[in-house]
Amino acid sequence: MVFFANSLQGIGAFVLNSLASLGRASLFLSQVLLGIKDVLLRPQLLIKELYSVGVLSLLIIVFSAIFVGMVLSLLGYVTLVDFGAESSLGVLVSLSLIRELGPVLSALLFSGRAGSALTAEIGLMKATEQLASMEMMAVDPIRRIVTPRFLAGFISLPLLTIIFMALGIYAGYLVGSVWLGVDEGSYWSLMQNKVEFWHDVVNGVIKSVVFGFVVTWVAVYQGYSAIPTSEGVSRATTNSVVYSALAVLGLDFILTAMMFIN
Amino acid sequence: MSDSLAIIRDLHFSWGGGREIFSGVSLDIPKGKVTAIMGPSGTGKTTLLRMIGGQLKPTSGSVNVQGLEIPSLNRKDLYQARRRMGMLFQSGALLTDLSVFENIAFPIREHYKFSESMIRDIVLLKLELVGLRGARDLMPSELSGGMARRVALARAIVLDPTLMMYDEPFTGLDPVTLGTIVSLIKTLNSSLGMTSVVVSHDIHETFSIADYVCILSEGKVAAAGSPEELMSSESEFVQQFVHGKPDGPMPFHYPAESLESDILRGDI
Amino acid sequence: MGSSRKIEIFVGAFVLVALLAFLVLAMNISNLGSLGSDKGYEVTAQFDNVGGLQPRAKVTLSGVAVGRVTVISYDKESFQAVVTMKINSGVDYLPSDTQASIYTSGLLGEQYISLEPGAEDDVLTEGSAVTLTQSAVVLEEIIGKLLVSFTTKD
Repeated sequence: MVFFANSLQGIGAFVLNSLASLGRASLFLSQVLLGIKDVLLRPQLLIKELYSVGVLSLLIIVFSAIFVGMVLSLLGYVTLVDFGAESSLGVLVSLSLIRELGPVLSALLFSGRAGSALTAEIGLMKATEQLASMEMMAVDPIRRIVTPRFLAGFISLPLLTIIFMALGIYAGYLVGSVWLGVDEGSYWSLMQNKVEFWHDVVNGVIKSVVFGFVVTWVAVYQGYSAIPTSEGVSRATTNSVVYSALAVLGLDFILTAMMFIN
Repeated sequence: MSDSLAIIRDLHFSWGGGREIFSGVSLDIPKGKVTAIMGPSGTGKTTLLRMIGGQLKPTSGSVNVQGLEIPSLNRKDLYQARRRMGMLFQSGALLTDLSVFENIAFPIREHYKFSESMIRDIVLLKLELVGLRGARDLMPSELSGGMARRVALARAIVLDPTLMMYDEPFTGLDPVTLGTIVSLIKTLNSSLGMTSVVVSHDIHETFSIADYVCILSEGKVAAAGSPEELMSSESEFVQQFVHGKPDGPMPFHYPAESLESDILRGDI
Repeated sequence: MGSSRKIEIFVGAFVLVALLAFLVLAMNISNLGSLGSDKGYEVTAQFDNVGGLQPRAKVTLSGVAVGRVTVISYDKESFQAVVTMKINSGVDYLPSDTQASIYTSGLLGEQYISLEPGAEDDVLTEGSAVTLTQSAVVLEEIIGKLLVSFTTKD
C-alpha cells in the first residue's frame, strides 16, 4: 500500500515537474521569438550564426547523405532483385530518403553537431557570467545571443535536409546504376513517376522545418537554463542531444501518420 | 536623504522559499562616495548587488536607485536604468569571442550609432585609463586574471555610469595588480564623479578606499560607519570580523552536536 | 572585415546550394517537372471494375505515357465506376472509338490504363466519354471461373 502510494506520488511529481519545465521553456520561447525583429534589423548577427550552425554542419551532412544513399541502394537492390523489381530501386531510395531518412537523420545529426554546440556555448556563457554581464550592460542576452542562434538553427536544418535528400538520391544512383547495373532510365523515370512534389517533397521539408524548430528550441533552452557550473553545462549538453532525439523520433511518428496515411 | 544615490529599505529575500538570505536589510549608498559592503562568505553580498542591478527581485522591500524603484520597473525601463550602472564581475565576464578592443566597444555598439573613429577614441581612452592600450588586439583567453579584470573594468565604465558596482574586485590577484585595482577604483571615483559600491571581504584593501562600510551578517546589517569608526568599535562581532579572529560571536564551527557525543556514538 | 566577408560568402553559397538541391528535388526527382503542368483535356470512361487502379496512375498509348488518371468515382445510375483521366494536350488525335483497358504492369506491379485507338474520324475532346472499355482483371474472378469450368466438366 505504501509502495503504491509512493509510486503514485512519484508519477504525480514527475508529471507536475514536466509540465512546469514545459511552461518555462514556452515562456522562454516567447521571449526568444519577441527578439526576431531586432535580429532582422541586424542581419550580420544572423549570418554569423548561420555560418557556425549551418555551414559548419555541412560536412557531416554531406558525408552521411552519401553513405546512407549508397547503403540504401545496395540493400534495396539485394531485396528487389529477388522479385525482378530492381527497376524500382530509384523509387525505394528516393521515397525513403525524402519521406523519412532525410528529415530524421539530418535532425539527429544536426542536434549532435550544432544543437549540442549551441547548448554548450550558451551554457558556458552563463557559467562565466557573460550573460549576466550583458544584462548589466543593458543588453538583453536573450535577444542578442539566443534569438540569432535560434533563428539560424531553424533556417539551417531544412536547408541541410534538402541537401541530404538530393545527395543521398544521387549516391544511390551511383551505386544502383553505375555499379550494380540497374537501368539508368528506369531508375530516374520510375522515381519521377512515383515521387510527388507536393505530397512527398514538400511534406518531407515540412517535417524538417518542425524538427529544426524543436531541436534548436531544446538546444538553446537547455543552454540558457543550465546550472552554471562545469557539471551543469555538461549535463545540459547531454540533455540537449537526448531530448531533441526523443522529440524528433516522437514527432516523426505523429507527422508521418498525419502526412502519409489516409 | 537627497545625497543618497541608492536607498534600500527592509529588504527580504530567500531562494525559492528556502533559507532566508536577507531578513530586513536597510542601507543608504551616499552619492559620490565609495561604499563597501562586507561580511562573511555566504551572507548575500553579491546577491545584494544583483538586486541593485535588477537581476534578482527581492521577496519584499524596496530598492530605490536614483529615484527609480528597481524591482517594479518593467523590462524597458529596467534596461534604461542599467545604462547608468556599471558592474565589474568577479570573473571579468569578458565575451570570449571578441577581442579586448571589441569587448570594450560592445556596449557602445549596442546602444549608440557612433562613427568608427569615435568608438576608437572612446575605447582607447578607457584602455589607457587601465593601462592596457597596448593589449587591445589580444583575445580574452590570452589575458592573465589581473589583466582580464582591468579590461572588464574599462568595459564597465565605458558608458560613464553614475553607479559603479564591484563584485569582489580584490579576490585572487597578485599584490601588484591588487594595488593597481585599488588605486583605479579610488581614482575613478574621485575623477569621474561616480558612486561606487564595493563588495568584498578583504578588510585591508577595502578599508583603505571606502568612505563608508556596511557589514552584513545573518541577513541584517550588523554594523555600519566609516572605516575608523568600525576599527574602534566596541562590538565583539565587529572586532572579530575586522581583526580576523578565528572564533567569537561568528562561530568557527558549523552548528553540530558536541564533539564528544559525536565520537562516542561512532563506537557503539 | 576580411573574415566577416568570408563568412558571408560561405553562408551565401550554403543557401544557394540548398536552393539548387531543392530545384533538383522538384524538377528531376519528383514529378513536378515531368508532369508538364496542368495542360491537357479530360475524358471519362466507365468500367465494370477498376480493380486496384489509383488516381495518378499512368494512361498509356502503345506503352507511351500520354496522361494520368485524375478522379475515380462511382456512378449510381449505371452502377459502374467512372474514371476521369487527363490526356496531354499534345495528344489530340485519339479517335472517338478508342478503347480503354486496365492492365497490370508486371505480375505485382501497379495498374494503369492502356488506350487503343479506333478508326473513327471524330477525335476525343474535353469532356468526351470513352465508351469501349475493358475492366481490370481480378485474380479471384479468374480463379473462380476456372474452378467453375473444372467442376462443370466432371
